[in-house]
Amino acid sequence: MSVTTDLEPVGFDEALTRYEPVFGLEVHVELGTATKMFCACDTTFGAEPNTQVCPVCLALPGALPVVNATAVESAIRIGLALNCSIASWCRFARKNYFYPDMPKNFQTSQYDEPIAFDGWMDVEVDGETFRVEIERAHMEEDTGKSLHVGGSTGRIHGASHSLLDYNRAGIPLVEIVTRPVVVPGDKAPAVARAYVQQLRELILALGVSDARMDQGSLRCDVNLSLRPAGTETLGTRSETKNVNSFRSVERAFRFEVGRHASLLDAGRSVVQETRHFHEDSGSTSSGREKSDAEDYRYFPEPDLVPVVPDAAWIEELRGTLPEQPSARRSRLQADWGLSDLDMRDVVGAGALDLVAATVEQGSSPAAARKWWLGELARAARERDVALDELGVSPTQVAEVQGLVDAGRVNDKLARQVFDGLLAGEGSPEEIVAARGLEVVSDDGALGEAVDRAIEANPDVAEKIRGGKQAAAGALIGAVMKEMRGQADAGRVRELIIERLS
Amino acid sequence: MSALADRDLIRLSASDLAARLADGSVTSVQATQAHLDRIAAVDGAVHAFLHVDAEGALATAADVDARRAAGEPLPTLAGVPIAVKDVLATRGMPTTCGSRILEGWVPPYDATVVSRLRAAGLPILGKTNMDEFAMGSSTEHSAYGPTHNPWDLDRIPGGSGGGSAAAVAAFEAPLAIGTDTGGSIRQPGAVTGTVGVKPTYGGVSRYGLVALASSLDQAGPVTRTVLDAALLHELIGGHDPRDSTSIDAPAPSAVEAAGRTDVAGLRVGVVRELGGEGYQPGVSARFDEVVALLSEAGAEVVEVSCPSFEMALAAYYLILPSEASSNLAKFDAMRYGLRVGPAGVDAPSAEQVMAATREAGFGDEVKRRIILGTYALSSGYYDAYYGSAQKVRTLIARDFDAAFEKVDVLLSPTSPTTAFKLGAKLDDPLSMYLQDVATIPANLAGVPGISVPSGLADEDGLPTGVQVLAPATADARLYHVGAFIERALDERWGHTLLSQAPDLEVAR
Repeated sequence: MSVTTDLEPVGFDEALTRYEPVFGLEVHVELGTATKMFCACDTTFGAEPNTQVCPVCLALPGALPVVNATAVESAIRIGLALNCSIASWCRFARKNYFYPDMPKNFQTSQYDEPIAFDGWMDVEVDGETFRVEIERAHMEEDTGKSLHVGGSTGRIHGASHSLLDYNRAGIPLVEIVTRPVVVPGDKAPAVARAYVQQLRELILALGVSDARMDQGSLRCDVNLSLRPAGTETLGTRSETKNVNSFRSVERAFRFEVGRHASLLDAGRSVVQETRHFHEDSGSTSSGREKSDAEDYRYFPEPDLVPVVPDAAWIEELRGTLPEQPSARRSRLQADWGLSDLDMRDVVGAGALDLVAATVEQGSSPAAARKWWLGELARAARERDVALDELGVSPTQVAEVQGLVDAGRVNDKLARQVFDGLLAGEGSPEEIVAARGLEVVSDDGALGEAVDRAIEANPDVAEKIRGGKQAAAGALIGAVMKEMRGQADAGRVRELIIERLS
Repeated sequence: MSALADRDLIRLSASDLAARLADGSVTSVQATQAHLDRIAAVDGAVHAFLHVDAEGALATAADVDARRAAGEPLPTLAGVPIAVKDVLATRGMPTTCGSRILEGWVPPYDATVVSRLRAAGLPILGKTNMDEFAMGSSTEHSAYGPTHNPWDLDRIPGGSGGGSAAAVAAFEAPLAIGTDTGGSIRQPGAVTGTVGVKPTYGGVSRYGLVALASSLDQAGPVTRTVLDAALLHELIGGHDPRDSTSIDAPAPSAVEAAGRTDVAGLRVGVVRELGGEGYQPGVSARFDEVVALLSEAGAEVVEVSCPSFEMALAAYYLILPSEASSNLAKFDAMRYGLRVGPAGVDAPSAEQVMAATREAGFGDEVKRRIILGTYALSSGYYDAYYGSAQKVRTLIARDFDAAFEKVDVLLSPTSPTTAFKLGAKLDDPLSMYLQDVATIPANLAGVPGISVPSGLADEDGLPTGVQVLAPATADARLYHVGAFIERALDERWGHTLLSQAPDLEVAR
């Protein structure tokens, strides 16, 4: 049975002194087709349980599957975007095993004849490019969902009964499987994360899925093994499921490296098994033991005819591909005039799409980058969420910058507008109004404050009179302090110079 | 036409009945009621039906009569009652597949074949008995008890579609639907003196046909005359977008072919491997007479060899159980059908309920084949068993291709024996499997076949059948040759074969 390690995990850096990690990623993408893979049922997320079902996806006796042509098209486009070869002839197979959430008790999936194979994706980490080879991208159907009732954690253990929802049963999936990836160990977790990030960008650009990790429409399994540094034979791998964010990919990777190392250090062997990642603790626990020994008794699906995509159609689909993420990055970097280092920061922070969208909404690239990587990145760190989960939209950021550009708020006030946005206080305009954040540029009010500052700081005033205009900063500071930051700093400077020259 | 007594009404062929319905001398309600009465009178002895839907059938009949009275143009077979093998899903009518595991299950949808029958206005009399999940050649593996052969109630009616064949032979229905995975339409036809057709694979939709072996199953007509089979074939055949394996072409021109009388110049091949040793003398004698008839009528008869047919039975008993083991996995007590909790377990897991249900719900023959198929598909054995069997399948298809280069149709006895006694082969599965030795090659290659009565065996006075096979999608040739054989034999005998069957009502 599965072994729950009783050993303290070895630190990641220490593990790398003795072992080399080899990883592979399996990413399941739920396609955004209107209907299911093999029947005409609706695929809308979140419907009442068991309202999107029919004889086919409930596996009623006698029902037969028919392949969704749009799903095939999406799978081919994914394959092409991943530089894969597309099969001119391929079949579905039956993967046989009993589980209540799988109505037929077999999954109709491609097995040894995937629609797409032998591709690659270049992944950038810290300015370096790593090529991740794609073994295959194949079509399959999703299972239903089990809800275990009465247990403590929603797990089947301890549950009194289970409820089954078959709405998801038969939703088309494309599974993208990498070849084993070997990169310098210290970079490996970041490469894994960046691969998933870039793959998601690609899927979104293709428009074949909403690729939402939180809703499970993009799911990632991290396969990992260690081998003694300098050796070639692959070690025993674990397959970590339930990795539901980019950050988790990296965390799960690091945890498993430490866990494997502790087992190997102790002279124990790694068990080939499925493991579950836990967001809260950043650790993994043993799931069902799953090895190659499990016999799925695959055989070609006799209820379906082979998929034979026409060569001309494939070329037509190639013409519909969006810009490759790496090409897009190069283009944006040039458009925005960023250095390699600045661009790397944007990508590393997961802010590329957000900055691009903010610029599209009218902000300057520099300002968009400044807000996302500064104020908002800090807020995301504090809240331990990804940037795109903060609840602040590119449109809102562009609106705030618009206020700055119009001179209605300054940078300092803009930060307060962001505080308001993060607190859900409404639109930037509403927040400015409600918090009274608009800068004061009325000469009457400003002039009085300037006069008071000059009076209170005769030494400084004297310096300015003597031609040291740089000394004006101290007076501006005093005015700002009095006006609680809401003064138009440029106008204040002008008033000071006017009075003292 | 003059009014008919019920006794004569039920003995009409479907085409004759259709003509009388069309000319108004008989109503569909009369015809349907006559068959329901016949069922009530004889089915206690025959047990062809698992379910009789008198109310539904009469409602359809009344509707057809009303529409006809209103002058609405109707399909040829409108108002002609029909029986449907219990392996096809029928909305609102139980569908058990002869298994306890589906006892009481009422499908919420119709098989495509059934919806075509309903659309054409055929009253559905009920569902016919069968070997459990169509596994068997005697209908003895039905969980609801065997069907009896109307020629001798102590004998088997063939299988798996013994119920459909017996219903037609016993004049309980003029038409029936069967399904044929390895001979389940043709072999019962042979041993009950009726006509049975397995269309080209993909010629009739499998949507709603509860799969035994998906790559072999095919629904088709079970009738008393070749013309009736042709009428029914044209009605149920043709493309169905809900079955991916359905051929995108219209149904064959079967009726036109059944009307052709001339076989001069037709090239007929007698399959060397499907005859001789292992075939009952009376079966062989009647077969030889049919060959002679064709020859006398000007057909060019030659012997052809299909050497791979010797391996057909072995390959079939790997492919069928493999597919069946997977197809039958859905019967797990989770969503429909029987649900049994394991004995002595308070809070059983889903897996335990699945296991207990399948243990209780499946019969021995089903379990035997699930075990065989699970084994054949196991990693490490796949190439040796399932993989090899698929290669044999290719060889058989090539044998057919080579034979059809030389001849237009192939000929063999349908079944090596006449109907045996109930229980005679129950303890000897291999001997039971041999019943289908001549019919299986057609399923493996997907080509169409018909069984037509060829007479009575001298040694036991029981019906024998002759099988005609044609190239894929050339189903029309079956009707051409089948109709010729039927006509020539009826002329020679001066009566139909079924008119010689014992009178069941007297026998009671």
